[in-house]
Amino acid sequence: MNETIFDLETGGDAGVAERLGISRREFLQFCTGIAATLGLPASAEAAIAKAMEAAKRPSVIWLHFQECTGCSESLLRAEHPTLDKLILDVISLDYHETLFAAAGHQAEAARKSAMKANKGKYVLVVEGAIPVKDKGIYCKVGGQTAVDMLKECAADAAAVIAIGSCASWGGMPSTGPNPTGASSVAEVLGKSVVTIPGCPPSPYNFLATVVHFLTFKSLPAVDALGRPLFAYSRLIHENCERRAHFDAGRFAVEFGDEGHRKGYCLYKLGCKGPETYANCPTIGFNDLGEVSWPVGCGHPCIGCSEKGVGFTKPIHALATLKSVEPPLFYPRIVEGQGAISLGGAALVAGIAGAAAGAVIVLAKKLGEEEGGTGKTRKPGRPGGES
Amino acid sequence: MANAHAVAPIGGRLVTPVTVVLAGLTAIAGVILLIRFFFGIGAVTNINDGYTWGIWIAYDVMVGSALACGGYAMALLVYIFNRGEYHPLVRPALLASLFGYTLAGASVIFDLGRWWNVWHIFWPGYAQINSVMFEVAVCITAYIFVMWIEFSPVFLEKLGLKDVKRKLNKLLFFVIALGVLLPSMHQSSLGSLLVVFGYQVHPLWQTILLPLLFLMTAILMGFAVVIFEATLVSVGFKRPGELPILTKLSRIMYWMLAVYLVVRVGDLLWRGTLGAMFVPGFEAFGFWIEMAAFAVPLWLLASAESRMRPSRLFVAAVLIMLGGFMLRINGFLIGYQTGEGYHYFPSVPELLVTIGLVAFEILAYIVFVRTLPVLPKHATH
Amino acid sequence: MSLTRRDFLKGALAGGTLLGTAAPAEARPNKTMPPEALGLLFDSTLCIGCKACVAACKRVNGLPGDPISEDLAMWDAPLDISAHTFNIIKVWHSGTATNKDQETDGYAFMKQSCLHCVDPSCVSACPVSAMTKDPVTGIVAYDPGACIGCRYCVAACPFGVPRFEYNKALPKIGKCELCRHRMADGHYAACAEVCPTGATLYGKVSDLSAEARRRLALKPGETTTFPRGRLGGPDWSYQGTAAKYVQQIYGEKELGGTQMIKLAAVPFEKLGHRPLPERSYASISEGLQHTLYGYLVMPAVVLGALSVIARRNVKPDDDDDGDSAGGGKR
Repeated sequence: MNETIFDLETGGDAGVAERLGISRREFLQFCTGIAATLGLPASAEAAIAKAMEAAKRPSVIWLHFQECTGCSESLLRAEHPTLDKLILDVISLDYHETLFAAAGHQAEAARKSAMKANKGKYVLVVEGAIPVKDKGIYCKVGGQTAVDMLKECAADAAAVIAIGSCASWGGMPSTGPNPTGASSVAEVLGKSVVTIPGCPPSPYNFLATVVHFLTFKSLPAVDALGRPLFAYSRLIHENCERRAHFDAGRFAVEFGDEGHRKGYCLYKLGCKGPETYANCPTIGFNDLGEVSWPVGCGHPCIGCSEKGVGFTKPIHALATLKSVEPPLFYPRIVEGQGAISLGGAALVAGIAGAAAGAVIVLAKKLGEEEGGTGKTRKPGRPGGES
Repeated sequence: MANAHAVAPIGGRLVTPVTVVLAGLTAIAGVILLIRFFFGIGAVTNINDGYTWGIWIAYDVMVGSALACGGYAMALLVYIFNRGEYHPLVRPALLASLFGYTLAGASVIFDLGRWWNVWHIFWPGYAQINSVMFEVAVCITAYIFVMWIEFSPVFLEKLGLKDVKRKLNKLLFFVIALGVLLPSMHQSSLGSLLVVFGYQVHPLWQTILLPLLFLMTAILMGFAVVIFEATLVSVGFKRPGELPILTKLSRIMYWMLAVYLVVRVGDLLWRGTLGAMFVPGFEAFGFWIEMAAFAVPLWLLASAESRMRPSRLFVAAVLIMLGGFMLRINGFLIGYQTGEGYHYFPSVPELLVTIGLVAFEILAYIVFVRTLPVLPKHATH
Repeated sequence: MSLTRRDFLKGALAGGTLLGTAAPAEARPNKTMPPEALGLLFDSTLCIGCKACVAACKRVNGLPGDPISEDLAMWDAPLDISAHTFNIIKVWHSGTATNKDQETDGYAFMKQSCLHCVDPSCVSACPVSAMTKDPVTGIVAYDPGACIGCRYCVAACPFGVPRFEYNKALPKIGKCELCRHRMADGHYAACAEVCPTGATLYGKVSDLSAEARRRLALKPGETTTFPRGRLGGPDWSYQGTAAKYVQQIYGEKELGGTQMIKLAAVPFEKLGHRPLPERSYASISEGLQHTLYGYLVMPAVVLGALSVIARRNVKPDDDDDGDSAGGGKR
């Protein structure tokens, strides 16, 4: 999958750095960061740097449907590098309703021409859920329903990425009773796509997926729901910084109580970490590190990225642990004690043998004496037993 | 006739190869016990929470005290059933009992985890009278005192304190009565200890008749030990044996054995558990050995002619001792299971302590009979 | 000469008579539970195996950890209750062990700690009143000051609860005492206090029994409220779904009843809880003792009879040949 190791000596990266307007050092730092987020080995950063070097910037079409634009906002908060400087120069964002200067028919025309020019090669990113009830009239862009627009754009896309919980599985708009029939991208297209759930997801989950695609010409390994494994294979519970408190039985019971102020586990307040797959505790948000996620700030996780949990279960309802399968060394019902002492067994056997031997020898000796001296006496003689 | 039953020390060297070996074994046990007191009982034994009573209780106390019932059995016969002809066997039996019980008591002390509180058993406010162990402890302690009093005439004779001896003799009947009551109580209750264990004791041994079974086997073992020791003494010290008396004794044993087996098997049939002896396992194995050890003597002692042969008497006695041993070991160890997964087998130091105690007992017996008037006087030697 | 028919019959009769004496020796009934008895309700279906209760118990009782090995002394990983682990959660599994509370390819958790029996074997067994049952709360307490370390309680307990410190020169017994040392401060059992799911619930046994019966009456999958912490305490309850319980409250009747009662969705026998009769072993043992030795009547009578006989047979003599018995009658 990795191409030949990038040769820094030939100065191949100078052109990239110049084009992007950043120093070579900053550029390589970005590649390292992306590689780390993807969980790739150190040598991958070279491959990533090489891919960035490529002259042609791939086209990206970004659709917005039933969403709050939070995912785009999240992306805008990316710091390393800043989105405008790097990603917009690395990729060619050919359609984005929020960030476009153009509007109206002009914007739609730009989309159609970009799709035509990059047919089969552009990346489609979808933000927001798609209403399907009543023939999809509840969301229309430029007179076209979201359903139709999605199907049209997806037809010739090289890859489809659903960003945010709404596009991934329906999200908040799909909360019962779901009057508009808000559905996920995969449900509308009838095929599985890469999903980056979260409300919003960390921008680096998305960025790393895109960079992986650019570098290796394929999307990273995903799970059954299309979620990249590097970010969504573990429960929040498994990486939570308050896990030790859970394991030791230290819980906050009310907001503001002693346990809460001491930073104890929020499971009793309804934290959904035990049933939500995401990497929030690992990377945090806004590049502030550990404290910058809900639990770090003292509020229980609401399971925003998990279908069936976020916007479905009440925030303070107790989570069901998804992974309580006990590890191998968990104490079992039958845990005996006591080893057999071989030395003891040998000693006892020895004593028993010696005793038996002694008894037999003595009995024989007594028997011989009986025979020899005629000690046994017949009954009836005086002195015999009465 | 009084003179025919005169007693005297048998004299002879105290330091012999045998006594040196016995003293050595005792010393080893002493060292191990020192370790036990400094580092805890787990440092020298294999007992654990599944088998919290090991051989120091099951053998040293239960079997040891039963084997020490010679004095009890003889007192019962001589002073209660008035068979004066067995009188020469009383003092040596009493001596063996004395040591056996004193050492069983010592074994209890060094098995107790918080031995410094042992006086609580006797103290009002602490003593819990519903506990079987309370009754066992009080009776055994009282009995040890009674036995030393019963044996004191021997010391008094040696020391020439005839006045004291005469005064003591006036109360002797009461002391003897106690010496028959107390063992009846505690030997049976040693069996009752198992009742509270409930299902933890295998059905082949768990029965409300446990006190009766333990009492009967204790008496049987007492008689058996008398025969056993009399045989060893006559062979070991090269003295003529007491065969006529032993033969008569064995007839009593024979009848007791028969009644015991009726009770034992009858109980198993009544409770419907006899089938368990065919289930393969350690319990069935232990049960077969126990029953065989009691049944074979019944055959060995059946005929009068048989009962006159020292070899048969000796083997029958050994087998009865084995049977009593097995009943106790089966009840407390082999047939005891508190839960799956627990195992126990005594460790080498644990065994060496028991061996050392037995060695000490034998050593003390030898020293006593050589130096004190215990054994009957005989023309030879 | 061998056994005659007459002799055999004599022996059989003697044996049979002895057997017959078995009948009256079972006199005392089970003890009854004090009305204000305190206890725990453990619901295996709610337990997630987090071991918060194990850690909390160690903390409030000041108990040392059970390290995995000498090198890894910082890890407290007890495998069983012991003299310094009064409470533990154990797991049962079958097959692939992926389905909670199911018998096939499933797993379930079980708490092991003192059940505070209504008629405890340990209290009956202890010769020095080191194990006592509080007449009001019913808590079975241990007093090391009285204890002689005989371990009769360890051997007697049908649930294998009391444990001993085998590797100490000054050893004690250790077992759960329902946090009675915290009651003065208004606290209650720490295991119930920290349990995140209310699997361990504290309260009056009568209330806990009612709660247990309520749960057993629910349909599997039915949404219901589960209390947490202490019944009658602050409301920490939450909504959850009822599991498919085995229709049995373990401890309701077993050996006269226990003050920690349990519910599970897997047969109790698989979780280390065997079926037990209603009659407590303490009542059988004490019945036997009272029948034989109650008020020392029988011993006194027997001693009297023996004294009379021995007096007749033992003739103290004045000569100094050492003989002290007569063969008087013969």
